[in-house]
Amino acid sequence: MKKAVLVTITFLCMGVQILFAQITEKPEFGKFAITNATIHTVTNGTIEGGIVLIEDHTITMVGENVKIPTDYQVIDASGKHVYPGFFDANTRLGLEEVGSIDLTQDFNEVGDFNPHMMAFTAVNPNSVAIPVTRVNGITNVVSIPSSGGIAGKAALLDLWGYTPDDMAMERSAGLHIEWPSALKGGFWDDRSDEEVQKEYEEELKELNEFWKEAVFYNEMWRQYDLDPEGRKQPDKNIKMEAMREVVNGEVPVIISVNHEKNIKNALEWTNDKEEIHFIFTGVNEGWRVAEELAEAEIPVVTTSLYNITRDYDNYQRPYQNAGLMAEAGVKVMISTGEGVENVRNVGFHAGYAATYGMGKEEALKAVTIHPAEAFGVADELGSIEEGKKANLFIADGDPFEALTKIEHVFINGYKIPMTSRHDQLFEQFLDRDAVNR
Amino acid sequence: MERFMNFKQNILSDTMFERKSIYWNRLKTVIGLFSFMVVFVSGQFDKAAAQETDSVLIENGTVITITGENLENTDVLIQDGIITEIGDNIDAPRGVNRIDASGKYVMPGIIDAHSHLNGVNINEATAPATPQVTMKESIDPNEVRIYAALAGGVTTINLMHGSANVIGGRNATLKLRYGQDQKGLMFEDAPQTIKFALGENPMRVHGEGSGIHPSTRMGVEMVIREYFDAAIDYRRNRTEYLAAKEEYDRTGEGVPPIPVAKNLRLEVLADIIEGDILVHCHSYRSDEILMLARVFEDYGVENYTFQHANEAFKVAPELAEYGAHASVFSDWWAYKFEVYYSTAYNASILNENGVVTSINSDSDELIRHLNHEAAKTIRYGNSSESDALKMITINPAIQLGIDEHVGSIEEGKHGDISIWSGHPLSIYSVNEMTLIDGKVYFDRENDADDMRLDRAINATEDYEDTRSVEIHNSDGRDTDACMQDLFMLFDSQENRQALQQEFHNHTK
Repeated sequence: MKKAVLVTITFLCMGVQILFAQITEKPEFGKFAITNATIHTVTNGTIEGGIVLIEDHTITMVGENVKIPTDYQVIDASGKHVYPGFFDANTRLGLEEVGSIDLTQDFNEVGDFNPHMMAFTAVNPNSVAIPVTRVNGITNVVSIPSSGGIAGKAALLDLWGYTPDDMAMERSAGLHIEWPSALKGGFWDDRSDEEVQKEYEEELKELNEFWKEAVFYNEMWRQYDLDPEGRKQPDKNIKMEAMREVVNGEVPVIISVNHEKNIKNALEWTNDKEEIHFIFTGVNEGWRVAEELAEAEIPVVTTSLYNITRDYDNYQRPYQNAGLMAEAGVKVMISTGEGVENVRNVGFHAGYAATYGMGKEEALKAVTIHPAEAFGVADELGSIEEGKKANLFIADGDPFEALTKIEHVFINGYKIPMTSRHDQLFEQFLDRDAVNR
Repeated sequence: MERFMNFKQNILSDTMFERKSIYWNRLKTVIGLFSFMVVFVSGQFDKAAAQETDSVLIENGTVITITGENLENTDVLIQDGIITEIGDNIDAPRGVNRIDASGKYVMPGIIDAHSHLNGVNINEATAPATPQVTMKESIDPNEVRIYAALAGGVTTINLMHGSANVIGGRNATLKLRYGQDQKGLMFEDAPQTIKFALGENPMRVHGEGSGIHPSTRMGVEMVIREYFDAAIDYRRNRTEYLAAKEEYDRTGEGVPPIPVAKNLRLEVLADIIEGDILVHCHSYRSDEILMLARVFEDYGVENYTFQHANEAFKVAPELAEYGAHASVFSDWWAYKFEVYYSTAYNASILNENGVVTSINSDSDELIRHLNHEAAKTIRYGNSSESDALKMITINPAIQLGIDEHVGSIEEGKHGDISIWSGHPLSIYSVNEMTLIDGKVYFDRENDADDMRLDRAINATEDYEDTRSVEIHNSDGRDTDACMQDLFMLFDSQENRQALQQEFHNHTK
C-alpha cells in the first residue's frame, strides 16, 4: 500500500514536472561555446569547423580554433550550420492576434495622420505567434502600424522578452507612410482616370502640407530651444512633436508602395528630402523601376513572392523581383509580408528569391545584414561577428529548405526554449491516447 | 477587288434585281450551310479537344512513382495519353516525341483537392443548402492563373463551391488543359463531389446575416439532418410516385397518383446518402468535425473528406476509425478564431495516425508551389519525403475518387506528369514541364511572358491590383477565398468599395 502510494506520488510529480517543462521552460543564459560548426558569418565568408563563443548578450569570439575555457557550456555543432538570426523588416508581430477579430488588432488607429502612434506601445510580448516565429530562426522583426496615410512608428524587436521594453531594440524604428495610390484599385473601382488622379493629388497635397507644417514646427522649437530668452514658449502639438525626429532625419521613413507608377511618384517625392533616410516596403513591382531605385539608393523590403501583380506578366516575376532589383544594385531585404501567422516562413521566401536569380549569398543578406543596415543596427545584428549581439541559430542544414530543422535559437544571448503552441500541440496530440503507466 | 466591285454594282443595279434575289437566296443557303458546318465542326472540335492526348517518351529521369520505389535513369512511355510502359531503354515508337529528363525528377502531376482557381462565381450564398447548383456551370477556362498553376506542376484541381452554406454547391474536378473550353477542362471519369461547410462561415452568412439557422454549431448539425431527412422522404415518395405513375400509364386502371414533383436540391442530397456523390466539407474545429462524422454514420454516408480541418489532428484516431480523409493547409493558422488553436504539425499528426491526408492550396497563389507546401510537413512533424509527396498526388486523388486514373506513375494511368530540375521537395528545384494526357501544357523553355488567352478583352489595364475578381491581402492570399462573391450581398457600389478598401487596409 505504502509502495503504491509512493509510486503514485512519484508519477504525479513526474506528471507535474512534464507539465512544468512545457509551460515554464526557462531560457539558458551565460557562456556558450558552439563548436565544430559551419559558420555562415554573412559578412566574412563561411568558416568550416568553426567556433562561436557567446558570453551573456554578446558574441565574443568567432574563429576556427581556440581553446575553450572550462566554464563554457559546449554545444557540439558537428555537421550543423550557424547563421545570424533572420530578420523580417515588415511584420505586425505583437500587434495582431487573430486576423478576423478586430479587437485583437492594434496596428490600425483611426485617422490619416498618426505619426505619434507607437507600435512599441501595443506590442504584446505574449502573442502566441512570437514563439511560433522565433523557433524557425527568426530573431528580429520590424512591426509596423498600418491604417492608411501616416500610420505611426514601427518598432524593431527582438523576439524574446517579457515586456515591450525588453524586446524593443528601437522603439522608433521608422515612420510608416502608406503611399497614396494614383491608380484605380481594381476592376470594381468605377472612378474615372481624372478622378483617380485628382484624388491622388489631393492626398499628396495633404501629405505635403503636413510635412511642411512639421518642418515649420520643428524649426520653431529649434529656434526657441536655442534662445528661449524673451520668447513665448510655443504650444506642444503631439503629432508635430512626433514628426520632429522624422524631419530631422533621425529615424527612417518607411514608405509602403507596390505599383510601378506609385513607386515612381514616391521616388519623386523623396527627391528633395536628402536628409531623410527612406526605406520602401512592399515594392512588388520594384523590378520595373529597379534602375531608378538603385540610383536613389533607397533600400527596399520586398514582399513580392506571394504577389502576382499583373495578369500579363510572366509567371516567375513574383519570385524574380528580389533578384532583379538586387542585380540593378538595390539593397534588397526580403519579407514574407505575412503580418503575423507565417512570418516564420521568411527563410523560405529567401530560398525562392535565391532560386529565381538572386543567388543564395545575396538572399541570405536580404534576411540578415541588409535589414540590419537599413535600420541602423548593423553594429548589433545581421552577421556572426565578435562584439555583435548573440542573435543566431543552429540548423541541421540549409535553413532555406523546408527539409531542414532549426535546432537552437539564441536571442540577445538567451538560448531560448524551442517550444511554441504548434510544437506543444504536436507533442500532445501525435500519440494522443498514450498514458503514463 | 475589281470583281467584288462588279458584284456590288450588279447587286445594286435595279435591272439586276431578279438575279440579285437568286444570288441572295443562294448566298443564304451557303451561309446557312456554312454556319451549320461551323457549329458542327466546332462541336466536333470540342469533343476532340476534351479527349486531346499525345504520345511521348520521357527518357532517363529519376521517376518518383509515388506508389512504388523511386526509379533512377528510367523511361516513361505515354501513348495516346496513357502511361503504357515504365522501364529502361524503351524504344520510342514511330512518331512519338522524346523528352530528355536526364538529371531531372519525373513525378505525377500535382493534384489540388481544394481550389477556386477559375471559378466565375464561388458562392450561391442565398440559402443554407444549395446542392442544386454546380461549379460545372461556373468555370472560366481563360483564367491565366491556370497557367501559373501548371507552371507549379499542378494538373488536376477540385474547383470548389464556397463555404457560405452548410450544404454548398457541387464541385468540378478539372484537368488544367489550358487553352481548352469548359468541357475540355473536365476530368471525364471523376465522380461528382460536393462542398459542405461547418462553423463560422455559414454561421456568419445565414445566422448573423439573415437571422435563420444556423447561427451556432448546433444549428449547423440540424440543417444537415433536416435536409437529409427531407431527401430520404423525397426519394421514397418520388420513387413510389414514379412507379405508381408507370403502373397507371401502363394499365390505365384506378386513379392517377398524386404527383411528387422533381426537386433537384433533394435529388442531389439523396444521391449523397446513397453514396453517389462524395462530400468535401469545409471545417475547422475538432468538435464540428466529429459532429459531421457522427451524422454521416447515422445516414450511412461514407468516403468523405474534411477540408482545411485545422483541428483534425485533435481527433485523428477517430477520423482514422471513421475512415474519413483530411485535406489541409501546410501552415495557415490564426487568420480567424476557429484556427487559432491549430498547428502546422496537423498533416504529420494525421498522417501518422493513419488518416489519408492531402495538402491543398485554396489559393491561386499557393497553388503555384504545392511541392514546397508539402515539404513543410517534413519540418513540421518529420513526415517522410515519400509521404510528403503522397499528400499532393495520390492522397488527393483518393479523396477525389480518381486514384485509379491519376496520382502516381503506373502503367495504365493518365500521362499527367511534372518534370523538375531537382528533387521536387527542394526549394531550389523548379518545375520545367507539365504534361496532361501526354500533352505538354507548360514548358519553361518555351514560356512566353503574356500567357493570357483573353488578351483582347483584358488589355493591359493599369490597376493597383490587376488581378481579376478575387480579393487579396498584400501577402497575395485570397482573403477567405471560400467566402468569395459575398459582395453580392452588399447592394451598393459604395459598400463594395468600402469593403474592398477594408481588405486593402488590412494588408499593409
